Amino acid sequence: MKVLWTGNEAVARGAYEAGVVYASAYPGTPSTEILENLATYPEILSEWAPNEKVALEAVIGASFAGGRTMASMKHVGVNVAADPLFTFAYTGVNGGAVIISADEPGQHSAQNEQDNRNYAKAAKIPMMEASDSQECLDMIKAAFDLSEEYDVPMFFRMTTRLCHGKSVVTPSSRKEVGIKSFVKNPGKYVMVPGNAKVRRMDLEQRLSRLKEYSENCPWNRAEYHNSSVGVIASGPSYHYAKEVFGETASYLKLGFTNPLPDHLIQEFCSKMETIYVVEENDPYLEERVGMLGFACQGKDLFPKMGEMTPDVIRKALYGTMLPQIEYDNTTVVPRPPTLCAGCPHRGFFYQLGKKKNVMISGDIGCYTLGFAKPYNAMDSTVCMGASFSMGHGAQQVFRQTDSGMRVVSVLGDSTFFHTGINSLITVVYNKSNTVNVILDNRITAMTGHQENPGSGKNVKGDPAPMMDIEAIVKALGIQYVRTIDPNNLEQVSQTLDEFLALEEPSVIITRWPCALKKLSREDREEFQGAFVEKNRIEEETCIGCKKCIRCGCPALVFNKEKRKTSIDSLQCVGCDVCTQLCPTGAIKKEGK
Amino acid sequence: MTKNILLAGVGGQGTILAGKLLTQGLLEAGYDVKMSEILGMSQRGGDVVSQVRFGERVDSPVIEKGGADMIVAFEKMEALRALSFLKPGGQVVVNDYQMPSMPILMGDFDYPHHAIEEIKKHADTKVIPASDMAEKLGNGKVMNIVLLGTIIKTMGLEGIDWNRIVKENVKPDFVEINMKAIKAGMDAVGG
Repeated sequence: MKVLWTGNEAVARGAYEAGVVYASAYPGTPSTEILENLATYPEILSEWAPNEKVALEAVIGASFAGGRTMASMKHVGVNVAADPLFTFAYTGVNGGAVIISADEPGQHSAQNEQDNRNYAKAAKIPMMEASDSQECLDMIKAAFDLSEEYDVPMFFRMTTRLCHGKSVVTPSSRKEVGIKSFVKNPGKYVMVPGNAKVRRMDLEQRLSRLKEYSENCPWNRAEYHNSSVGVIASGPSYHYAKEVFGETASYLKLGFTNPLPDHLIQEFCSKMETIYVVEENDPYLEERVGMLGFACQGKDLFPKMGEMTPDVIRKALYGTMLPQIEYDNTTVVPRPPTLCAGCPHRGFFYQLGKKKNVMISGDIGCYTLGFAKPYNAMDSTVCMGASFSMGHGAQQVFRQTDSGMRVVSVLGDSTFFHTGINSLITVVYNKSNTVNVILDNRITAMTGHQENPGSGKNVKGDPAPMMDIEAIVKALGIQYVRTIDPNNLEQVSQTLDEFLALEEPSVIITRWPCALKKLSREDREEFQGAFVEKNRIEEETCIGCKKCIRCGCPALVFNKEKRKTSIDSLQCVGCDVCTQLCPTGAIKKEGK
Repeated sequence: MTKNILLAGVGGQGTILAGKLLTQGLLEAGYDVKMSEILGMSQRGGDVVSQVRFGERVDSPVIEKGGADMIVAFEKMEALRALSFLKPGGQVVVNDYQMPSMPILMGDFDYPHHAIEEIKKHADTKVIPASDMAEKLGNGKVMNIVLLGTIIKTMGLEGIDWNRIVKENVKPDFVEINMKAIKAGMDAVGG
């Protein structure tokens, strides 16, 4: 049977067919759907971990215990998991283990564009790269066999187009490989320096055997056409290059890319007069080709950043793209992502942005959009969990000046569990006085509504222990804690003012569900009246002052001819933020 | 010969489901199919495109600028934004619906009211009130399926068993309205 699957669906299927019994991940675009798909197979125990390091460590334990196992994460997640990753290469595996890195050339949903192929090289972990969904399935299955055969964890590098692009796949059935027995072996599993030095030497031997595999495996192959123009490519870049060069070039398609097949590269290059290396981001393949003594065209011709799509290749090669319609597009207005109508972050950021002499330390989530107009309520964003710790460092420096600057640090519930909790420890321990805000919208929203340790459910939607954020921060030693309704503008403003005046660290928890969340029974009990009654604007009472418009809600539309504002009832969920801004009381509940 | 269809809209408008049904039909008709879309942050009210390519053998999963045989725009300004993807001589279907983006709502820019006129100057363009048609069918949300109907007719894909594709992919209660929506879309661009 043929199906049309994303790379993420195919990877999950590959893991299922390979007999995986345990998987762990933290959500992150574009990798999120891998674990969501794994969770649909009853044979695989699938879990959301609070962060990528925890996910990988759980996977390492599962491998040592003898099960086939997989961790999946976005590219920056590998930074979080890098500590265990490097030493996992030394220990090797018991049950086969695969780590998925979903990179983001083009930065569709990420704070940077790092090329994680460099991790494979640096961590000395063998790597595979698929070019379409069928290869995802086939390679993942092979990766588990290789992991066990060569006693190594395997690194599987994907990119956004591969993760979210669909192509034709023929699935097959699961191979039950069972769970191997765990045999105590400190020399292999306890990485004290004495043991690690031995494993370090052993790793070189394992890699040297894998280099031989790389030379002769089905994933690295030359395709000769009647041409002396040679293209070397891995991942989706292979298909992009084929689209442009067609059969006017020969190809060296590389799928097993650490260790690279030097002899195969030499053989291919020696037959070609002109060599192009087509790869996204860093000159990973190009540097190896150069090191082997062949002149090639790579990053001197093709861009170092963004996706290597056919039009990018065409432009770099020929200076032109396909013929296009020439038209006036100067009037097309950008459509940046925005906080949704009814988003619980709106009221909070509307008020926070008005506070003077405050630096706002931000984090990664939907709420990062608080940086934009009309809120202008975020001054920094670097990585997951950084808001509390960066805010702390900033406050420690402001304290040494006479600026009187105060810091408000903001992150979401899932980000708090991810790494924010560690950052709050430094705030308390080092006697900071930052105001730390946890925007608890009862779900991991930006990646598409994944459960987390605070939501009361697991990845399958089954009941799970629910962490109590207020109790946690109190236990860490925060004395000033208050849980507020972010849609209540007066409460938001007053609480901020009160806590900004403190000499001690404080935590504000805003608690209201994401407007897109499918509310649970518990949510309905706790948030009575949430998203029940929409609002409307009484036209005769509206004076067209546009004060409501300034809260940046996409449901509010100002009509220039009438000089009145109206509410798009398809979008409105009745959060009442705009109602509180209206000076004439023109905003009413529908039907009233 | 590979055919390319670009679906352009705003996050939340249902481009993804329309693309899914389309590609499912193409797969069952025996084509090689690739589809590309970007998920994540852009879903939050940002502009989104789904790219569908089909033929005997498809390499790239993305459509080049100047490469689309057909653009189906779920919103008027998005049609104008996407026009650079159209192959000269290609077809455009636009939903007669406008959704101002946040910079327009904030009063920093004007909505490009001449979008349709500009597109018509350069391409064979059909403007379809798909949102209104969907409302009349009883559910505004099937706007995306009305637009799927326009693709089926424009690209000559009537031979595919869409009834079965819809049955396999939507809840039983919604099969009838989806089939009506496909027919309405086909009729709207027919003749």
